Amino acid sequence: MKKLVRHRLFWPITALITLIVINTAARPQFISITVRDGELYGALIDILRNSAPLMLVALGMTIVIATRGIDLSVGAIMAVSGAVALTVIDTSGAPGSLGTVFVALVVALLVSLVLGSWNGLLVSVLGIQPIIATLVLMLAGRGVALLITGGFITTVTSAPYKFIATGYVVGLPFALFISAVAIAVIALVERRTALGMLTEAVGINPAASRLAGVRAKGIVFGAYATSGLLAGMAGVLYSSNIMAADANATGLYIELYAILAVVLGGTSLMGGTFTIAGTVVGVFTIQTLESTILFLGVPSAQAPVFFAIVVIVVVLVQSPRLHRLARRLLSRRSRDDDAGRPASQTKTPVEVAS
Amino acid sequence: MTADVRTAPAGPSIRERYDVFMSRHASLMPTFAAVAILLVLLISAQFAFGNFIAPRNLSALLLNNAYLVILAVGMTFVILTGGIDLSVGSVMAFTGILCAKLLADGIPAIVAVPAMLLSGAAIGLLIGVLVQYFDVQPFIASLAGLFLARGLAFVVSLSSIRVEDPAVLWLQRTRLTVGDWYLTPTGILALLVVAAGVYVAQWTRFGRTIYAIGGNEQSARLMGLPVARTKVLVYVICGLCSGLAGLVLTAYSGAGYPLNGVGTELDAIAAVVIGGTILTGGSGYVLGSLVGVLVYGVIKTIIAFQGAEPSWTRIIIGALLLLFIVVQRVIVARSERRR
Amino acid sequence: MNDLDTATGAVVALRGITIRFPGVLALDGVDFFLRPGEIHSLMGENGAGKSTLIKALTGVYSVDAGTITVGGAERVFAGTADAQDAGISTVYQEVNLCTNLSVGENVMLGHEPRRTGGGIDWRAVHRQAREHLAGLGLEIDTRSTLAAHSLAIQQLVAISRAMVLDAKVLILDEPTSSLDRGEVAQLFAVMRALRDTGVAILFVSHFLDQVYEISDRITVLRNGRLVGEYPAAELPRDQLVSRMIGRELDELAQLSQSAERPIDRTVAPVLRASGVGRRGVLSPADLEVYPGEVVGLAGLLGSGRTEFVRLLVGADKADEGVIEVHGAPARMSSPRHAIQKRIAYSSEDRRGEGVIGDLTVAENIVLGIQARRGWMRPIRRAEHDQLVSEYMSALGVRPADPNALVRNLSGGNQQKVLLARWLATAPELIVLDEPTRGIDVGAKADIQRKVAELAADGLSVIFISSELEEVLRLAQRVSVMRDRRKIGELDSALVDLDQLIDYIANEGEGSAA
Repeated sequence: MKKLVRHRLFWPITALITLIVINTAARPQFISITVRDGELYGALIDILRNSAPLMLVALGMTIVIATRGIDLSVGAIMAVSGAVALTVIDTSGAPGSLGTVFVALVVALLVSLVLGSWNGLLVSVLGIQPIIATLVLMLAGRGVALLITGGFITTVTSAPYKFIATGYVVGLPFALFISAVAIAVIALVERRTALGMLTEAVGINPAASRLAGVRAKGIVFGAYATSGLLAGMAGVLYSSNIMAADANATGLYIELYAILAVVLGGTSLMGGTFTIAGTVVGVFTIQTLESTILFLGVPSAQAPVFFAIVVIVVVLVQSPRLHRLARRLLSRRSRDDDAGRPASQTKTPVEVAS
Repeated sequence: MTADVRTAPAGPSIRERYDVFMSRHASLMPTFAAVAILLVLLISAQFAFGNFIAPRNLSALLLNNAYLVILAVGMTFVILTGGIDLSVGSVMAFTGILCAKLLADGIPAIVAVPAMLLSGAAIGLLIGVLVQYFDVQPFIASLAGLFLARGLAFVVSLSSIRVEDPAVLWLQRTRLTVGDWYLTPTGILALLVVAAGVYVAQWTRFGRTIYAIGGNEQSARLMGLPVARTKVLVYVICGLCSGLAGLVLTAYSGAGYPLNGVGTELDAIAAVVIGGTILTGGSGYVLGSLVGVLVYGVIKTIIAFQGAEPSWTRIIIGALLLLFIVVQRVIVARSERRR
Repeated sequence: MNDLDTATGAVVALRGITIRFPGVLALDGVDFFLRPGEIHSLMGENGAGKSTLIKALTGVYSVDAGTITVGGAERVFAGTADAQDAGISTVYQEVNLCTNLSVGENVMLGHEPRRTGGGIDWRAVHRQAREHLAGLGLEIDTRSTLAAHSLAIQQLVAISRAMVLDAKVLILDEPTSSLDRGEVAQLFAVMRALRDTGVAILFVSHFLDQVYEISDRITVLRNGRLVGEYPAAELPRDQLVSRMIGRELDELAQLSQSAERPIDRTVAPVLRASGVGRRGVLSPADLEVYPGEVVGLAGLLGSGRTEFVRLLVGADKADEGVIEVHGAPARMSSPRHAIQKRIAYSSEDRRGEGVIGDLTVAENIVLGIQARRGWMRPIRRAEHDQLVSEYMSALGVRPADPNALVRNLSGGNQQKVLLARWLATAPELIVLDEPTRGIDVGAKADIQRKVAELAADGLSVIFISSELEEVLRLAQRVSVMRDRRKIGELDSALVDLDQLIDYIANEGEGSAA
């Protein structure tokens, strides 16, 4: 039992399941799935579909965080990507053609890859702190997106493009497939190859990794480029959903939600060991929470209050101090109990000769 | 590398004077650079527009950005300890709309204003406690604060609320003129906050403890300094400053608006970093942050003068921030190699 | 409170101290006495309990049993502040000061004199700091930033601060690890001056020479228990060491015999460096290492040994000179280049640049091989497990758990894991930079034995150690460095320790730089 509790996914999954149970108790139709015209509908399906942009961004964020970095620019990259894609479609002669949409996608993703690589260059080659390096794009990116759309909110009509976010394939939302493919690819690349372990090594100790012969610069660069690419795809999804490129609203605060998802899933912000599965659980938790809040009739503008409470509860639960308190309250004074030791002792001790 | 630097005999050479100066004040260099950038900007603008360095424009510079000055002072303290506070923009909006609501409900300013300041400090306290006592990273803790404040702002009111209270409006409407220069109480407030910030940072044990924590928190603790209390207090101070900024902004725009300050925390962080404070903490000056805000304000004014789209301001600040950081990085790398 | 413990005349008396951690009894009924006006060394190898005892004394740990008496009064420390208030000050290896602040501020931090208005009186701060530093014989610009000074000076500033706090007991934890000879002498002079004013000094170091040079008394711990307390003058070195590890050390003597084997110097050397240097870091120097040879690098701290080998293995980039591997010129501008040429480098900074603490023992061991293969070709499970267990047993890594996190291992075992990583890459030449620093005597012996074995099997080694006996014991040739220059090369069979020390100190004096 102890081993189950200690498993790093225990708390995240418990939280998600608790949330689903509470929802189902409040509105039994939460878990009902209806079939219409061969397509599945329902609150759970909505969650799977609507979580796609956040899922993509959070996956990229997980890898970046593993290298001891952070990517604050993902929202801005989403905005740029949506602006680029819609502008391509808008200025083409045939907005409804599959070819145009394909070109728009390629261009948007390419631009996003370039932006992500820009971040990667700043961090890995120039050695700039990730918060600052990505802050630059976060500040400037939305301005760039606004310039691309000429200061307006570009709207287009294009059936193939709309399909991306709202279409169905074999009864399930297409967006879900995009999420699934991204998860599968990332998980396979990170864990079936040695990339995951090398990334963790770089995140924990870049200097030692370099001396050990790890291509640290390449790994860090790749992480940011990937994050950019995924954000670009998320931007396409978002703009496809509303069929508009709104430079100010696209992906607003999504970097914060993504970081929250990663932390909820159990990956540490300090870098190093990471978990894709945890992030996936974290994203679903956030999406379910949002669905819950909307169902409760809370105006979406007030939703952040609930997320704040979630964040606080999560970090408190993960906090070692709380564990110590709980252990002291629950167990009898045993020989294993380290109660009575000053707090400084349980932190990494000063290296004193022993 | 110097070992003992003995007090020189008569007449130290220029080289020696330079070495001594650098060994004492190396951390001032980034702030000097910020001042240099400000001067370059002002002079270029003067050349480009002819009438830029006029008392009217410079006065407006302070007053239009008084809220950011106050935010930057609070943010400086937090960043000096090696932390960060992402909630300042949202807290500013929340306290602003709270004040507007209280005033609209007939509560006198003398109660409403302290209430708004207290609520800002309360959120700061929450963040500080999370950071210090529950080992939550400042990024995440202040993220929670951001969410909380933004949501609470909308709980107070879903739309803007006008402020009619004469006491509050007096803060912005009154002008003290000296020739062509003018100052409003909000401007004076901002300057007072800067002065208080400078005093606390350089002349109080509390301020020196902040620098010590930023330099090496473990050492500061082992040296017997009240690290826990200080770390919590910097976030309280930052929250208080956010509340003050909320007051200034509400007076400035004549209304509380729950969507105020979106992204303002980034402007504050950029101003502090451009002003010479290092993000990892332990090095930086409150006056530098004032310079950083002025740089931001000048760029914004130049953009307006050009008639270009306002979104260019953020782009240029971003580019400037980048330039600054790259230069800082090169200097650090070069000094590391020389050692 | 200024009384002494009546029974022993000690200013600090620990009696029957017992401290338990989950699964381990760190200290078992230990007695320890510190008398005023003495320099007292605490000796013991890894796991002996030295560190734990000091942490009990400084208030970091609370005790499960036993009493602590300071100045005749029994004390219970709830934290480090309590210990400081009781007059116990500690200067750690990493000098716990704030290097971003000025020297004067560091000395007076927390006790700054104030003006009548309430603000800090900076003039008085610097004046008082100057006085305190002068009391230790130091003249420093108190307004300069602490970071502008060497570690040695920073340590002295830390000691000065302890005196501001009116310490009766000064604990110095491994203070000499990064100091050169002159700086050690300066430190010892300060220590003696303080001792003569009645301060009790607890000196923790594993440099036996220094312990004997400075100590009045020595306390030995082993396995959490007190072995004994002795006047330094009455405890011969070999007895000290045998009390520390509980066994005799003549097995090490056998190693120097294995070093006396013939080296074939007619073939192309595995590595040849000609005129390799870097501006401001190292004057151009030459080096040759032949197959199966152990070349030692000897010199004082700061002589450039580490800087030299880092240039040889691409950890740093050389400005000039040529490096040849097996006779062919090789580009060495990154660690990957060296690894491709089957050259391994084990950094002296074990924790910072060596092992990766939050990864497991297994992951650390395979990291070298995996990095070379690239991320796209992971090592198969079976091969991975076999490799790991093979090296763990060959080097004697304890605990023998491949999934243990390396940061929980002792220094000696961490070094073994690091060595395993490099040996697993099957190098032709391995550069070992201070592999035995800061680890217990038993592990030191293990590592030296392993190096000798591997060299005898054909591995070339460049070996750096501050313990010159180790260098003489293992190497065939010793290159000597001073002040970032190579000053000569000696045949190890022809010199003894004193001659080597003399060479290091005096060779080349008076000749053109």
